[in-house]
Amino acid sequence: MNTAKFSLIAIAIGAAVLAFAHWFKVDYLYFASYTILQFIVLATAWNILGGYCGYVNFGSAAFFAMGAYSSVFMHKFYPLPIPVLIVIGAIVSGIAGFGMGYLTLRLRGSFFAIATLALAVVLQTLVVNWDYVGGSRGAYILRPESLEFAGITINYIEYLFALMLALAVIALVTARVIERSQLGFGFATIRDDELAAEACGVPTLRLKLIATTLSGAFMGMAGAPFPYYIGYLQPSSAFGLEYAVNSIAMPMIGGTTSWVGPLVGAILLGSAQQYATVTISSAVNLLIVGLMLVGFVIIAPNGLIGLVQERLRARRKP
Amino acid sequence: MTALLHVDNISKRFGGFVALDGVELMVQPGERLGLIGPNGSGKSTLVNCICGTLQNESGSVRFDGQVVDGLAAHQRTHRGIARSFQLPRPFTSMTLVDNLRIPLLYTVHARSGPLRSTGDLDARCHELLEMVGLVKKAKQMPRDLTQVEMRKLELARAVAAEPKLLIADESMAGLSHSEIEDILTLLVRLNERGITVILIEHIMSAVMSFSQRLAVLVSGKKIADGKPEDVVRNPEVVRAYLGQ
Repeated sequence: MNTAKFSLIAIAIGAAVLAFAHWFKVDYLYFASYTILQFIVLATAWNILGGYCGYVNFGSAAFFAMGAYSSVFMHKFYPLPIPVLIVIGAIVSGIAGFGMGYLTLRLRGSFFAIATLALAVVLQTLVVNWDYVGGSRGAYILRPESLEFAGITINYIEYLFALMLALAVIALVTARVIERSQLGFGFATIRDDELAAEACGVPTLRLKLIATTLSGAFMGMAGAPFPYYIGYLQPSSAFGLEYAVNSIAMPMIGGTTSWVGPLVGAILLGSAQQYATVTISSAVNLLIVGLMLVGFVIIAPNGLIGLVQERLRARRKP
Repeated sequence: MTALLHVDNISKRFGGFVALDGVELMVQPGERLGLIGPNGSGKSTLVNCICGTLQNESGSVRFDGQVVDGLAAHQRTHRGIARSFQLPRPFTSMTLVDNLRIPLLYTVHARSGPLRSTGDLDARCHELLEMVGLVKKAKQMPRDLTQVEMRKLELARAVAAEPKLLIADESMAGLSHSEIEDILTLLVRLNERGITVILIEHIMSAVMSFSQRLAVLVSGKKIADGKPEDVVRNPEVVRAYLGQ
């Protein structure tokens, strides 16, 4: 299937989801699915670096928070429409991703992971001490009830939901394009063997910088509308552990070698968490992630996608 | 005739250990050079310095008339230096065809403009697999290969980059007699196509039958360089290999 066709199908599915949600008219449905969509974007973004290139990033929360806080900053400085804020969030986090990549990509394996973790801690400390964006007290963002657009009144949460849906579609299409391109092949060689990749003529450092920048930018995009969604942003929620953990766990559970993995993982894990939040307690969230991760590492180390591929391969040659 | 490769007095140390100590080496276009030396004599370090995996501290490496010092490994690959690794390092998540696709995409493509279509690319991959006799396993993964097949894949991938110079780093270690013959025939065939080959090897019979010239490294120094028959009779070389 070519990219244009795939994009059309993705957009059609997105529109169908939107129409379905509109038909139900339950605000909670928007809230819950917004979170899941946000995790689809985050997981896909993480996977561009972590899954395709094999560099584990523990600092997803930092990039997410940078997107969120650039929106808070702009909200106070010069309010702009959210789509513009998303672009700003992408630029800020993309630049941060590039910088982090440049500083740390000579580190391999666990050293790189620790460096990204450190980045998150440093940034959180900075934000906590930056009064303009609320410091440790946090910042209130009063979002309007509804939005006038071309004479139609749209419920604001529905608007945010539609934006995040669009972002998810864009992220998935991008990931799929990368996967099938020369870039995707290059990323895979980095994951497999960097020395051999260089010997084959792959400019590994440049490719890794492209990956960190893209990955960071998408995380920033996911974070930019967040203050409007939550209404009150404080450092501990923007830099929350759940972002770092989920954006790793979701691709792992779904499968890291394909764009389908993060999508499946995010839907599965995101829905389970939403369900647990309503029925049991919101504190169970991370426990669920942990248990599922342990389960999948044992049963399907290559994620659900890997499991399915293995089954298919086994069936083909008995 | 200007040399294709001129290693000019290069040195490399790791902490206090001197791995290469003023090594001088010339390779003419189209030549088959054997490089031998006991374990730890600096052969692989020399290869790494030529290929850009390591950077030499002093001296310089000239390739095809240009100084390549400071260039990253991939840039040197683009210029026409290809290598196979001592222990095969295939891309384990890719099929054999895709393994060969990488140098085609990133080196041949970058050098001479786009290969016309994905069809051309596929055809070229299969041609290369045909050359090393692995075409039947095109869609399999590297883990399905035997040791000798792995070495062949390694060589095919190096050749896929269409190099002027191929450095085969112990591509026969641990193989049986007939398998060594296989690899040797392959290397000679590549040389006949105009690729200059440096063969690093411990198996003397293979080196002797392959090389037109032989260079010997001992403790980071080149102690002999010349006709293979003369070099193996050189008293210094004999001493280095057999002890006193």
